[in-house]
Amino acid sequence: MAEPGVPYAYGYLSPQEVRFLDAAVERLIPTDELGPGAKDAGVSCYIDRQLCGMWGTHGRNYRSGPWLEGTPEQGFQSRFTPQEIYRVGIQEINLYCRGKYDKHFEFLPPAQQEEVLQALEQGKVDLPSLSSKLFFDLLWRNTEEGFFADPMYGGNRDKVGWKLLGFPGVASGAYREHLDNPELYHAEPVSILDIRLGHAQVDAQGFAKHVRIVKQEGSK
Amino acid sequence: MTTTKMKPVDAVVVGSGVVGSIMAMELASKGLKVLCLERGRMIDPQHDFVMPYVNDELKYDRHSDIFQNLSRETISFRNNASQTALPMRELGSFKPGEMVGGTGAHWGCNARRFLPHDFEFRSRITERYGSNFFPEGCTSQDWGVTFDDVEPYYDQFEHIYGVGGKAGNLNGEIQPGGNPHEGPRSREYPNPATRRTPQGELFAKAATELGYTPFQGPAAAMTQDYTNLYKLMLGECQRGGFCSSHVCSQGAKANPLTAVLPALYRKENFELRPLCNVIKVNTDSTGKKATGVTYIDARGREVEQPAEIVVLATYCFNNTRLLLLSGIGTPYDPQTGRGVVGRNYSYQTGGRVHVFFDDREFNPFIGGGMVNTSIDDLNGDVIDRSNLGFVGGAYVAVSSFGATPIKNKPVPAGTPRWGAEWKKAVAQYYRRSFAISIHGSCQSYRHNYLDLDPTYKDANGLPLLRMTFDWHENEKKMLAFMYERITEIAKAMKPSKYAAHHIYKKYTIVPYQSTHNMGGAVMGADPATSVVNKYLQSWDVPNLFVVGGSAFPHNAAQGPTETIGMLACWAADGIKENYLQRPGPLV
Ligand SMILES: Cc1cc2nc3c(=O)[nH]c(=O)nc-3n(C[C@H](O)[C@H](O)[C@H](O)COP(=O)(O)OP(=O)(O)OC[C@H]3O[C@@H](n4cnc5c(N)ncnc54)[C@H](O)[C@@H]3O)c2cc1C
Ligand code: SF4
Repeated sequence: MAEPGVPYAYGYLSPQEVRFLDAAVERLIPTDELGPGAKDAGVSCYIDRQLCGMWGTHGRNYRSGPWLEGTPEQGFQSRFTPQEIYRVGIQEINLYCRGKYDKHFEFLPPAQQEEVLQALEQGKVDLPSLSSKLFFDLLWRNTEEGFFADPMYGGNRDKVGWKLLGFPGVASGAYREHLDNPELYHAEPVSILDIRLGHAQVDAQGFAKHVRIVKQEGSK
Repeated sequence: MTTTKMKPVDAVVVGSGVVGSIMAMELASKGLKVLCLERGRMIDPQHDFVMPYVNDELKYDRHSDIFQNLSRETISFRNNASQTALPMRELGSFKPGEMVGGTGAHWGCNARRFLPHDFEFRSRITERYGSNFFPEGCTSQDWGVTFDDVEPYYDQFEHIYGVGGKAGNLNGEIQPGGNPHEGPRSREYPNPATRRTPQGELFAKAATELGYTPFQGPAAAMTQDYTNLYKLMLGECQRGGFCSSHVCSQGAKANPLTAVLPALYRKENFELRPLCNVIKVNTDSTGKKATGVTYIDARGREVEQPAEIVVLATYCFNNTRLLLLSGIGTPYDPQTGRGVVGRNYSYQTGGRVHVFFDDREFNPFIGGGMVNTSIDDLNGDVIDRSNLGFVGGAYVAVSSFGATPIKNKPVPAGTPRWGAEWKKAVAQYYRRSFAISIHGSCQSYRHNYLDLDPTYKDANGLPLLRMTFDWHENEKKMLAFMYERITEIAKAMKPSKYAAHHIYKKYTIVPYQSTHNMGGAVMGADPATSVVNKYLQSWDVPNLFVVGGSAFPHNAAQGPTETIGMLACWAADGIKENYLQRPGPLV
């Protein structure tokens, strides 16, 4: 869900692709005693929105040929855009999972999903059209972004990523006075989305008015 | 294509970044009719960058539209001449800007002078250790100016950019609290130094125990409200993070948009033309006089702009590329070592050791404006290198830059890259860690250079600039030595754990390292080994000045921008005080 109460409709990803991503990102950042994982944080929604935008087609990237594979030091050289990497990658990984485990990725038990993700990461899965490491690296990068970027982009729902770290989000105008102060600054995180929706207050300069959290002795 | 011809101006300045804005301001103040051509779009900082929207790491750090649009123009890259260079398709290692204000608009504010040693590098090393001491193929050389020559222009730049710091050497007298190794400065910084964070305090204590002299590193984010040399007001920095790579909404970060351009906009003899991409410096039939420049305007029309003086201020890459595209100066040939344009490309070295404390917590998100505690004891000529076997050095610092959550979550060595263990580690250590960083020099070498790519073209059909670059043994040795030293400092802080980032093997175009690209059109005393003379004036075309990091014969440890800004002040002074009276070669 992008905004509370507004159901999110996927713009680029198909329902099957969303199920793949929900399963994969939940392995990358799992739900545990520390809090929600990437699936509940809305990371698939974040990825979908990114794919719909300028970045999804690498609109600001150099995209002329000749296309050569190059060395790792030469960076991204795939002729695929992120949209294509997700579309082709998910399909081919599912085919690989069917071949190896007789099931699509989303239906594998967590341990096998992890095994597949590790193999992708190490470039050990021989996908027909793209490097499995390329796919994994992009998925991990986007998962991290989706978990920790401002919730206005569809991920980091309820600011779970920021709560996990103790990151207060939009800065407070009071930081300046705390710069050289060892006192710990804990606050309920405030996002740009919160401010847009009127759920958080700002001062005259637009800095967030934080609600400070008093940490108990011995608490995390 | 038919070319539109515009009315002549006295001076055309190409690029509106750190260099272009200062050059334009200084020349316009002398009464010259100055036109600044900028490929990027117009910016209104008060409306384009506002709270809370600037506190957006994804938008500015990852997907920003204020960096160079690679779909139109990029560079190509290879590690060595035996490889095929491929285009940098995605931004990674460095992020040049493309807008009014240039890269300077989103810089990090680390504003340091180079050491006297750096300007006379080859002579001083030769004098102390002999000429055989240089690593093989090293082409680092003297600048043709000394620190004392340029000190007044450092001072001028500091008073434009409101640099905050504490002098360590005032007219030869060492001052407590400052950097004792800096060159003698004629007066104090215009603003006080930053306050010290608890992380900086820990570092300072450990460094002092080990015999180093810590100080608050100078920065160009205001430490108090300040009115600069051009009578522009800059506000005190809020330390809200979201700083480097972001444009400041507070007018606290000195940059072209806050510290120079507003004063220029008031001048009737100044015009800024954004969305104009210069493709060539035109010369007359002798090839020894520039007649102006040709650019492609926003509608794609080719326009000729005549000018008496041409200043290239288009960052290291396009300064070099425009010379090559215009056929000015002899292109460098790495086979013979002859030729100059594209020679001595260098970069910046770096590394860090993270310290993790299970029993201490910090406020890592508070900071920005380059608050840092540094030591300079491992830099320049301070250490005796006889037994170390490398040239160059580094400063070491703990910075509170305002740790944003997508990219600043260090974890101890051995932590898996993702999954439950990783999640535990980031939760535990985001607030319980910080980095001690190395900021090191980089020498120039015969086989690191820039030229035109034979295959890949920009959106106008012109060849991309090709970079051939790799790290050399000297830099690896220097970094290995620095890692040993900072690991000692790390241990002295008694952290629960510490982890060093690996020293590089090969240079790679990913991930981000620094936008400190140097050389290609270097300055010097000898036309056989430099493109511009000590006034940044082309040896071949005396009414052409090529200014910026492109002029650095090699890179020193400190960030380059204070020296780049200083060179702009120095070159402008050369034009105002010498060239205008006697147009022609100044040397
Ligand atoms: C994230 C980041 C942090 C940084 N932090 C620091 C720091 O803390 N300390 C430090 O010392 N340095 C830092 N730097 C480096 C600093 O930004 C540069 O050294 C500085 O901006 C160089 O100034 P310049 O005027 O040479 O180039 P720029 O500021 O890049 O200006 C060049 C201008 O020329 C324009 N241009 C280019 N080609 C053309 C063309 N063909 N026609 C017309 N216009 C053209 C560009 O669009 C640009 O506006 C940082 C850089 C980045 C990206
Ligand atoms: S930390 Fe300071 S200089 Fe940086 S963006 Fe914030 S107010 Fe501006």
